[in-house]
Amino acid sequence: MSTVLQDPQTTETPNYLNAEYGWKSWLLTTDHKRIALLYLISISVMFALGGVFAMLIRVELLTPEGDLVNSDTYNKLFTMHGVVMVFFFLVPSIPATLGNFLIPMMIGAKDLAFPRINLLSWYIYVAGALFAIAAIVMGGVDTGWTFYTPFSSTYSNTFVITAAVGVFISGFSSITTGLNFIVTIHKMRAPGMTWGRLPLFVWANYATSLIQVLGTPVVAITLALLALERGFHIGIFDPAIGGDPILFQHMFWFYSHPAVYIMILPGMGVISEVVPCFSRKGIFGYSFIAASSLGIAIVGFLVWGHHLFVTGMSMYAGLYFSLLSMLVAVPSAIKVFNWTATMYRGSISYATPMLYAFGFIGLFTIGGLTGLFLATLGVDVHLTDTYFVIAHFHYVMVGGMVVAYLGGLHFWWPKITGRMYPEGWGKFSALLVFVGFNVTFFPQFITGYLGQPRRYHAYAPEFQVLNVMSTAGASILALGYIIPLIYFIWSLRYGKPAGNNPWGATGLEWTTQSPPTTFNFDVTPIVTEEAYAYAKHEEAHVG
Amino acid sequence: MQLPLWPEAASAVADDIDHLYIYLTLVSVVMSVLIFGTIFVFAIKYRRRSEDEVPKPIHGSWQLEVTWSVIPFLVMLTFFWWGAKIYFLNATPPPESMDVYAVGKQWMWKIQYPEGQREINELHVPIGRPVKITLASEDVIHSFFIPALRIKHDVVPGHYDTMWFNATKPGRYHLFCAEYCGTEHSGMVGWVTVMEPADYENWLAGGGSTGTMAQQGERLFEQLGCSTCHLLDRQGRCPTLRGVYGSRVQLADGKTVLADDAYIRESILNPNAKVVAGYKPNVMPSFQGQISEEGILQLVIYIKSLGIINAPGAPTAALTQQDGGKQ
Repeated sequence: MSTVLQDPQTTETPNYLNAEYGWKSWLLTTDHKRIALLYLISISVMFALGGVFAMLIRVELLTPEGDLVNSDTYNKLFTMHGVVMVFFFLVPSIPATLGNFLIPMMIGAKDLAFPRINLLSWYIYVAGALFAIAAIVMGGVDTGWTFYTPFSSTYSNTFVITAAVGVFISGFSSITTGLNFIVTIHKMRAPGMTWGRLPLFVWANYATSLIQVLGTPVVAITLALLALERGFHIGIFDPAIGGDPILFQHMFWFYSHPAVYIMILPGMGVISEVVPCFSRKGIFGYSFIAASSLGIAIVGFLVWGHHLFVTGMSMYAGLYFSLLSMLVAVPSAIKVFNWTATMYRGSISYATPMLYAFGFIGLFTIGGLTGLFLATLGVDVHLTDTYFVIAHFHYVMVGGMVVAYLGGLHFWWPKITGRMYPEGWGKFSALLVFVGFNVTFFPQFITGYLGQPRRYHAYAPEFQVLNVMSTAGASILALGYIIPLIYFIWSLRYGKPAGNNPWGATGLEWTTQSPPTTFNFDVTPIVTEEAYAYAKHEEAHVG
Repeated sequence: MQLPLWPEAASAVADDIDHLYIYLTLVSVVMSVLIFGTIFVFAIKYRRRSEDEVPKPIHGSWQLEVTWSVIPFLVMLTFFWWGAKIYFLNATPPPESMDVYAVGKQWMWKIQYPEGQREINELHVPIGRPVKITLASEDVIHSFFIPALRIKHDVVPGHYDTMWFNATKPGRYHLFCAEYCGTEHSGMVGWVTVMEPADYENWLAGGGSTGTMAQQGERLFEQLGCSTCHLLDRQGRCPTLRGVYGSRVQLADGKTVLADDAYIRESILNPNAKVVAGYKPNVMPSFQGQISEEGILQLVIYIKSLGIINAPGAPTAALTQQDGGKQ
């Protein structure tokens, strides 16, 4: 294939990166690919910030005594870790970066439906993030990322409203991005790109967008009510002024449980692209994977009450939420089985993105199965609010979403930058992430069942050995994040030119040049085949 | 250095939950081995052997999709059924349970016994006898968690919650606050001492008590001036409280309400919420902020003790008085 043999100097060809220069060309851009990069940089900064908080937490927990920082500081650390990671990294992560970059290209469009709203969403995100950072700089927040009342509304002496305003504002960025994706996917598909031919990454982001648009307003309302109670003593949640603290939990989780699917569906979308590519084979059960994304999005709205099994909620409500929480596991299981079946009789190569995909399937499976423990009523009574919960959701959020995000970044890095990352280092750091992650979080299933409560600054001495393991693992994990950061930046200048389609992948984004031109396609593509038609593409690939 | 891998189990329920947990773990291990094993075998067996190989496409199979949706869901239904069974069995305390009262307060647990003992961050219970704990919070949400008994219940301000257990193994076990409650959340910990019944009786007798909870409540009843209006044996400005506990009270708006702990607590803090038929609102002041949750519990026990004096089956004094008031 001639493109593989391109001279390094060919980066001079016009593309979205060199189309214009100067800071204005970035800060006022309406190009979805440039906006994706703006998001990439901003969420990386937030990820680093959240990571530093996580590391401080782990170092504090090396010893049972609370000796590195004081209790208030510790409480602020885990709160800010949660707030930053959930609202300012995980929720925007894949949609705002890879989704922004890829969705128009995958459906054969020149840009999103509303390019200026897309830019606006980034500014809104930055404004929200600045509020969150302001809350940190002024002295922090100590309510936990869940902002439970009446602690947050009446008792906390920290910058709750500032942080809540930050989350409130960033929600609009999530809503506008979701709206943009929905309209784009409905209205801007190239001729022949039917719903049944959409790449599964697009389906996953479509389902995610539905949750973003329908769910985010609820958390915005909830935080607004919290601010009203805190600022003006309007009794909504605090029983001392006539409110109901459990109402807050229902409202909060009505968004925040579906938000968990905002944080995992796009990752599943990435895996649905990577597995066929590196198995060089069409995906098994396309329509079931696509439908399962929608199934997760819909049923995901009906399970929030499983966070409230020990609050004194009606036991019959407990039955309902337990059963539906089991049900929501079915579409996730369907995906895992179909990815596995895709590999059957494939031609599997072990490039870095595929290693991340292997890691994702393994870690997400453990995260999903342990979710069933927590959906099981009698067992949840013991496990809830312990480290078991921490381990479970990190298996989904980090083992799932962060691993998929890293896999996706490696997979599309050649398209985004026109350069290859160093494959050897890529594999090495994928291994570090996998090992580091498991050493960090697997012991927490055990400490959780032993009964170590979450959000404890000091803990009972018998839990120490397992906590030291966690901290050791976190150090390995941190290294697994830092190495890619270094080689990605390195590759911008020194990476091998990638060519248009280094993986021999299907999908319209791989038919464009790398990096693509500002409007992606010189001629609007006409789609004549299903997604993942690897058998037909073989000839184009071998060269 | 200790490296515990399994928590102590000090009740039959703890064993039940352990069995279910082991079942969940076994199913999870089988599923994981199945999935990881398959991926591993495929990854090796179907590794790319030459750059130009083209695998034949396989599109899918609805039979397989149905199989791997339905079978896991049926297995999950067994989790659901077993988990729900334990949850329901543990929801309602047996009627013969002994009572203990726990108040969560930033950042300590205050425990009271009807016999009058009070302690902080310590709970003493006998083996072989169901113990019902009534939970109240003075401020924010706490959660009463005893890992060795595998039970936990949130302590939500504004109302009473109950939990119960029947410990079977003497020992000293952790008591944790499991719901984040502020600065010293991780310091809101204590010990549950499970004792042989004889040791428990000794312990109960040994405490330097200031009277039973009901007597403490009676003193509060005087101190707060409740007794000036709520006369015991005849009607004052307010309904008499003798025999009220456990009865159904006729309200001014035509409804009736069961006079339980929650109703009495509400009537102390927010007297206008449910006014007894025949009486006017705005007569009794709110005692919000003037009395601790422990004090309220003592008053509740005192009022309960007034009811117990009444012979069961006899018309309750309160209702008789009301009827008199109306005529």
